[in-house]
Amino acid sequence: MEMPKIDPFTLARKDELVRALRTVLPEDAVVHAETELRAYECDALTAYKCPPLAVVLPRSTEEVSKVLRICHDMNIPVVPRGAGTSLAGGSLPTADSVILGVARLTEVLEVNYDDRFVRVQTGRTNLSVTGAVEADGFFYAPDPSSQLACAIAGNIAMNSGGAHCLKYGVTTNNLLGVTLVQMDGTVVEIGGAHMDAGGLDLLGVVCGSEGQLGVVTEATLRVLPKPEGARPVLIAFDDNETAGACVADIIKAGVLPVAIEFMDRPVIRATEAFAGAGYPDVEALLIVEVEGSEAEIDEQLGLIEEIARRHGPVELRRSTSDDESARIWLGRKSAFGAMGQINDYMCLDGTIPVSELPRVLRGISDLSERYGLKVGNVFHAGDGNMHPLILFDANKPGDLELCEEMGAEILKLCVEVGGCLTGEHGVGVEKRDLMGHQFTADDMEAQMRVKDVFDPKWLLNPAKVFPLATTAERRA
Amino acid sequence: MLKPESEADLAEIVRGANGPLAVRGGATRHVPALGEALTTTGLSGITLYEPGALTLVARAGTPVAEVEAALEAEGQRLPFEPMDHRGLLGTGGTPTVGGAVALNVSGPRRVTVGACRDSLIGVRFVDGEGRVVKNGGRVMKNVTGYDLVKLLAGSRGRLGILSEVSFKVLPAAATQATLRLDGLSVVEAVRAMAAGLTSPFEVNGAAHDPAGGATWLRIEGLEGSVDYRAGELARVLAAFGTATRLDPEASARVWRAVRDATAMAGPGDVWRIHARPSAGPGLVARAGAEAVLIDWGGGLIWVRLPEGTDLRARLGSFDGHATRVRGGLDLPPETPPVAVLTAGLRAKFDPRGVFAGAGG
Repeated sequence: MEMPKIDPFTLARKDELVRALRTVLPEDAVVHAETELRAYECDALTAYKCPPLAVVLPRSTEEVSKVLRICHDMNIPVVPRGAGTSLAGGSLPTADSVILGVARLTEVLEVNYDDRFVRVQTGRTNLSVTGAVEADGFFYAPDPSSQLACAIAGNIAMNSGGAHCLKYGVTTNNLLGVTLVQMDGTVVEIGGAHMDAGGLDLLGVVCGSEGQLGVVTEATLRVLPKPEGARPVLIAFDDNETAGACVADIIKAGVLPVAIEFMDRPVIRATEAFAGAGYPDVEALLIVEVEGSEAEIDEQLGLIEEIARRHGPVELRRSTSDDESARIWLGRKSAFGAMGQINDYMCLDGTIPVSELPRVLRGISDLSERYGLKVGNVFHAGDGNMHPLILFDANKPGDLELCEEMGAEILKLCVEVGGCLTGEHGVGVEKRDLMGHQFTADDMEAQMRVKDVFDPKWLLNPAKVFPLATTAERRA
Repeated sequence: MLKPESEADLAEIVRGANGPLAVRGGATRHVPALGEALTTTGLSGITLYEPGALTLVARAGTPVAEVEAALEAEGQRLPFEPMDHRGLLGTGGTPTVGGAVALNVSGPRRVTVGACRDSLIGVRFVDGEGRVVKNGGRVMKNVTGYDLVKLLAGSRGRLGILSEVSFKVLPAAATQATLRLDGLSVVEAVRAMAAGLTSPFEVNGAAHDPAGGATWLRIEGLEGSVDYRAGELARVLAAFGTATRLDPEASARVWRAVRDATAMAGPGDVWRIHARPSAGPGLVARAGAEAVLIDWGGGLIWVRLPEGTDLRARLGSFDGHATRVRGGLDLPPETPPVAVLTAGLRAKFDPRGVFAGAGG
């Protein structure tokens, strides 16, 4: 992975930088010893590693502002970091950068059910936002797989999704306001506890900007009343195309499930061996979940099963208890872990129009043969967000490169059929160099101009999102 | 009136513009006061509709009615229930999807289902230098690059002229029911609406009309489910009185009237206040208006006041903002750091000031 050339002048100023940071932060909030910096050398995209120059762990918006001002004045790049769970290398540092971690910003600032929001500091984990309101019957809807560990700051930076966004939307649809600190230390309040922030939708463009426009320290999030109940049905097919057609028919029929998940044979077999969820050994499995009271669930599942039957399923298994529901979800939720037991894997995240599912699955299978690398497919079928897992051997020289090449081919296929490179993980460094396949130079120029306004010196997370050659002049 | 027939024509016109352009779709909402008139109605037609993927793409000048009819034929709809401004503003013409997006126009369902911008998944636009830019696309999960889709929604033509918009659409509900409570004060009404909105019964409309003394809560979905939830919701609301259930036709009439703010009929200025729902009653009291309509469970307050009334002075500071929409568009003031960012974005997207007259 190509990263910008390290500035030796910056490296030489490390002591000066640490001294300056210590004037605004307590001693335990500035990490600079080489051994300790190792903990921040990568995120969940572990193929790429580089310890930063220093790490700061501020405890307030004010501290974040002061730190950014110092780095701004010294021209030192800053890489914001939530919990470090990015699969796209969103918080991969360079040797001449400072990592700004929000891990110590974990307070719940306000809980308000009458107005249906919570305001939190953004180092708080996704699941613990729900944790703060769960006892009162509420939840925070976006549910990325990493929700136990991932921070709201990272969710906002990447506009994270999850399995239930078919009904509830992604982060941007559940975000009412933020406190944003710009690179020069300016603190901006955008939106609040009211609907529609007003003016230009700065909130909308900040969400998903991968930490390149500012550091979000506080967020106002919409919370929802928990549904009375939820239950899945498992639908098995002996080919992928029929499963794909069934998904489209369910969506067209007017029921809106909260989730439609898809697994193909390699993933079904791996998860069976790993978790023993009791899945049938078939080509394709759908998990379709609906919400409501018992009677409402029955009404919706009845309709879904009627549609599924028209496609000749091998098996139709409606959950009849919480236990059974948990078992059905167990396999899906352990899919990544199960695949990881077999081999190293790379997880892709392209999104496609649902109607192109059969064509893309065939294309992936052709590429798998051509490259000699096995692929498992497990994804959010309702919204077309694919997660092909390409298996490779990290210890075999050349295998990672081969895998990356094949991954790029799959993503190009997603774009070709009318989809995109990434549905919920973000571009980061991982897909940076593929941006030209989805966007023209003018498309990217328009995006980069937004960064010019928020961060004119291009110091915030500068090596991400856009191809390095495209941003070279701005970063210089 | 300039009327480009293609995106390329539109780009050409912008590149050749020597002064500001006053861009509009069907001119039913707000039209820039300054510049040479340009309409996008020549860019019309649905370019892609895949009911099985819940996706519809249309050129910006396509009438909203044409999109709604195409969706209805497949049992689907635009989730955000866009308002028709003609009654309120006394305008003629035909509302377009580009206009709805440019103003982020959302109706009663916004309270739980989201605003226009939440259903918008792709745009194509021409910036102030005549460059064609696309962002987003036709898939509902997309985090590739910055989300200029949201930035353009509600930008009031200040950053570019939309040429095409893509929506995530939803199945239309099989049926609907509305529960009406009578005789509640504004304070009680907002409490009743909060009780409904914090229940698990998926209320997707919550409005109050102080003049008629009616409070409405809407439920939509499959027949059996609507019956069940209407019953449960009536129990939740029992503390506020006995709810009357409106049949689907009556229910639809109520929400069309709320959507189009027909309660604002009559002379004077009309303002929209966006606020925390619980702050609604206090703001209504401070506004001292001649007519009031409360939507979004209290989060949106329409008020009608004598011409020239300084509503912002009456309201004082609160978490939210107020916009005068009739009697001269008057957008809320911005905080200094937001104003700097807004000005910066306008300068980057429109360095020659072609859209200088946009946005009031």
